[in-house]
Amino acid sequence: MITSLLMYLKVLLVGGTICMIGEIIIITTKLTPARILVVFLMIGAVLGGFNVYQYIIEWAGAGATIPITGFGAGLARGAIIGAKTNGLFGALGGGLIATSVGIAVSIGLSYLIAFFTNSKTKKN
Amino acid sequence: MNKKLRNENYIRYVERKSPKSSWFKSLFHAFLVGGAICVFGQMVSDILKSYFPLMDLLTIGAWASVSIIVITIILTGLGVFDRIARFGGAGTVVPISGFANSIASCAIEFKKEGLVFGLGAKMFYIAGPVIANGVLFSLIVGLISLIF
Repeated sequence: MITSLLMYLKVLLVGGTICMIGEIIIITTKLTPARILVVFLMIGAVLGGFNVYQYIIEWAGAGATIPITGFGAGLARGAIIGAKTNGLFGALGGGLIATSVGIAVSIGLSYLIAFFTNSKTKKN
Repeated sequence: MNKKLRNENYIRYVERKSPKSSWFKSLFHAFLVGGAICVFGQMVSDILKSYFPLMDLLTIGAWASVSIIVITIILTGLGVFDRIARFGGAGTVVPISGFANSIASCAIEFKKEGLVFGLGAKMFYIAGPVIANGVLFSLIVGLISLIF
């Protein structure tokens, strides 16, 4: 019980801190959210490529995998694992295979929802 | 004349004071909302782990992400997510919810321009660069790790 509570505290701390860094970047540099996403993805991919992000995931669980940095790390890590197990084929496809579920669900469900809703968000 | 000077001083005083407090507040909001989304993801993976003990960690992590993606897109369709995003700032952008929301909101907004060049093409207006950069980088990493 105490260990799981401690885990949740770590998740909150790491996930919240990553988001707070994003907010600091938004406030100080006036970058748009799209660029923030790309910047964090690249940071995560670099850390994942050097096998550093794996330790953050081990320590903080979802606090590291849920931010977009985890998505980038998953891309890099998938490519590394693919290269080791499947050679060139894995090196080319491994990144997308590792993250395919998230991308597929995002695209498919967004299409479905947009198809059945009319844009109300235009008001503001 | 004296009144004018006083007003100018007051405006300068407000300008000096106001950004700082909202700065701290928005940082706190981002921490809270982003942390809460991650805690929710951890709860999903803990529940999955207790029901399917044989599932490997990568699959459990992917399911946690998918659960947040699904909830985000449904909330975006209902128009609720905008309100959360206004409160949370980067706390909703940086987690995977920001990625899902960018696709869903663009899809909904550009649906009126048609299904092919509106919805189908412009749903990637924000997510496209993210996917393009990510895939390019994963190709580079894959090829480098193939050599070494």
